[in-house]
Amino acid sequence: MKKRLMIIGVAVAALSLIAAGCGDDDDDASAGGDSCEMGDLALKQDGKLTAATGEPVFPPWMMDDDPSNQMGFESAVVYAVADEMGFETADVEWVRTGFDEAIAPGSKSYDFNIQQYTITAERDEVVDFSRSYYSNEQSIIALDGSDIIGAASIADLRSANLGVQLGTTSLDYIDDIIQPSSRARVYDTNADAKAAMDAGQIEGMVTDLPTAYYITAVEIPEASIVGVLPRAEGVTDDLGMLFEEGSPLVPCVNEALDALEADGTLEAIETEWLNQGGDIPTLTM
Amino acid sequence: MSEITPPSSFRLSGARSPSAEPPGAEPPSRARSGWQRLRRGKYAPLIAFGFTIAAFGIILLVVLTSETWPRVQKQFFNWSRFTDSWDVVSGAFLLDIRMFVIAEIVILAFALLLAVLRSLRGPEFFPLRALTVIYIDIFRGVPLLLIILLLGFGVPALQISWLPNGALFWGVTALVLSYSAYTAEVYRSGIESVHESQRSSARSLGLTQWQAMRFAILPQAVRNVVPALLNGLVSLQKDVALVYVLGIRESVREAQIITARTFNYTPYLVATVLFLLVSIPFARFADWYAKRDRLRRTQAQV
Repeated sequence: MKKRLMIIGVAVAALSLIAAGCGDDDDDASAGGDSCEMGDLALKQDGKLTAATGEPVFPPWMMDDDPSNQMGFESAVVYAVADEMGFETADVEWVRTGFDEAIAPGSKSYDFNIQQYTITAERDEVVDFSRSYYSNEQSIIALDGSDIIGAASIADLRSANLGVQLGTTSLDYIDDIIQPSSRARVYDTNADAKAAMDAGQIEGMVTDLPTAYYITAVEIPEASIVGVLPRAEGVTDDLGMLFEEGSPLVPCVNEALDALEADGTLEAIETEWLNQGGDIPTLTM
Repeated sequence: MSEITPPSSFRLSGARSPSAEPPGAEPPSRARSGWQRLRRGKYAPLIAFGFTIAAFGIILLVVLTSETWPRVQKQFFNWSRFTDSWDVVSGAFLLDIRMFVIAEIVILAFALLLAVLRSLRGPEFFPLRALTVIYIDIFRGVPLLLIILLLGFGVPALQISWLPNGALFWGVTALVLSYSAYTAEVYRSGIESVHESQRSSARSLGLTQWQAMRFAILPQAVRNVVPALLNGLVSLQKDVALVYVLGIRESVREAQIITARTFNYTPYLVATVLFLLVSIPFARFADWYAKRDRLRRTQAQV
């Protein structure tokens, strides 16, 4: 653990040097660049970047239910963004929110919220999103011995009882694309979906691929990933940070994300936390 | 009893309720302010109307002038979202109604059985009485949501082959077990409200304990508690929605699904309207029944 922290620390330090160099260039080049200077940022707390996430948070997005340990994909992204914007590690403050709190109208107590929010046009009407920091994929999990183990195509899933967590694109995927003969069960959390799978009420559950890796490796070793679900045409599943509507911070965070993508940091974080390798087959349409 | 009950003609005339001011509280002097006379006279309806308008006006003013009202309106009272989600949410509401009807029928029967068992007399029935008391204590004491989760996920996980494992079955079973405990106590209060002389008379006519219960006590007991039973009915009608924690897509869950997808709360309003459409007529019926029952009794006494 310590070693990994040190590596991240060194990487972050190195990147910040590079970023500092790049930042100067940007300021000269772009007209609106100076609004993202530290002193000009419209922050909830002066000098602090207040980030929100769910409670609890799950691997591989965050580790040990602690967003501030810089471990896990989303935690690492937030600290990289903070660093890119000129914040010290200690200046990142965390608050925990429920899903409903995050989308309710009114001003928010944080600068942005990060918990695998998929960017959609409908949601964008009531909140603001950053640009995408990860493009997600859906997959299906089943207990060993389930009827759908060995399924090769979407058609093989139509007769199954499927379960899914509320508020996920996984649910939209089942309802719109798989269209099973009995409607998907919808649970508050993935934990409830797992309970239903144990209870024999559903034969499989759909989650995003990184979560599926974690569930099958750690939480339910008796389950395995049946396959990655093919992307439907024209459907994207991009994750973004959520801001209150009209937040002036969005362009600055986007600028930071652009820089992190350009210098390969984002990909490095992704490789470290999300790409578990293995040869999971992709189902056919 | 009968001389202190005012004649029903008096109770019905006039806008004020006799219970609003107990006789003792009224000052003996005739000097009443003009306001006091006004609010009792023919202007009473006008005053009621004025105050209603003022009260709602103030609430509306506070809400509509709130800084975030345009956003709240967009997220909570969005007409196009309302019509878009109506079909899905109202379709799922039929499932709520079905669960409610089935559960209520079983509850009314099962709770009556529990209440009768608990009211049995004699040492030989002690185990039965004790069991019903334990049952009622447990199921009244545990939050309904926990009962639903424990039965819905817990029992099927035991994988007992002859037991059904469906979420719908266990969800409705949880409702039945929980509400039966409350309803049994309602029945019991009815049974205990029947005067002891009724039981003695029935027994002295040669009826057995069961027969006295069946023909003398229960008919009166049930009639006494109909308003309370209707009250429980209204409560159950709303609580059926809780089975959504088992993944069942009834109306509140469907509303949640749309809300989570669009970040717009209007679908909840659709569900709210649907529940009100059913519960308000129930409530009015309960009031009407209680009033009719009261009138019937007071008239019987006069």
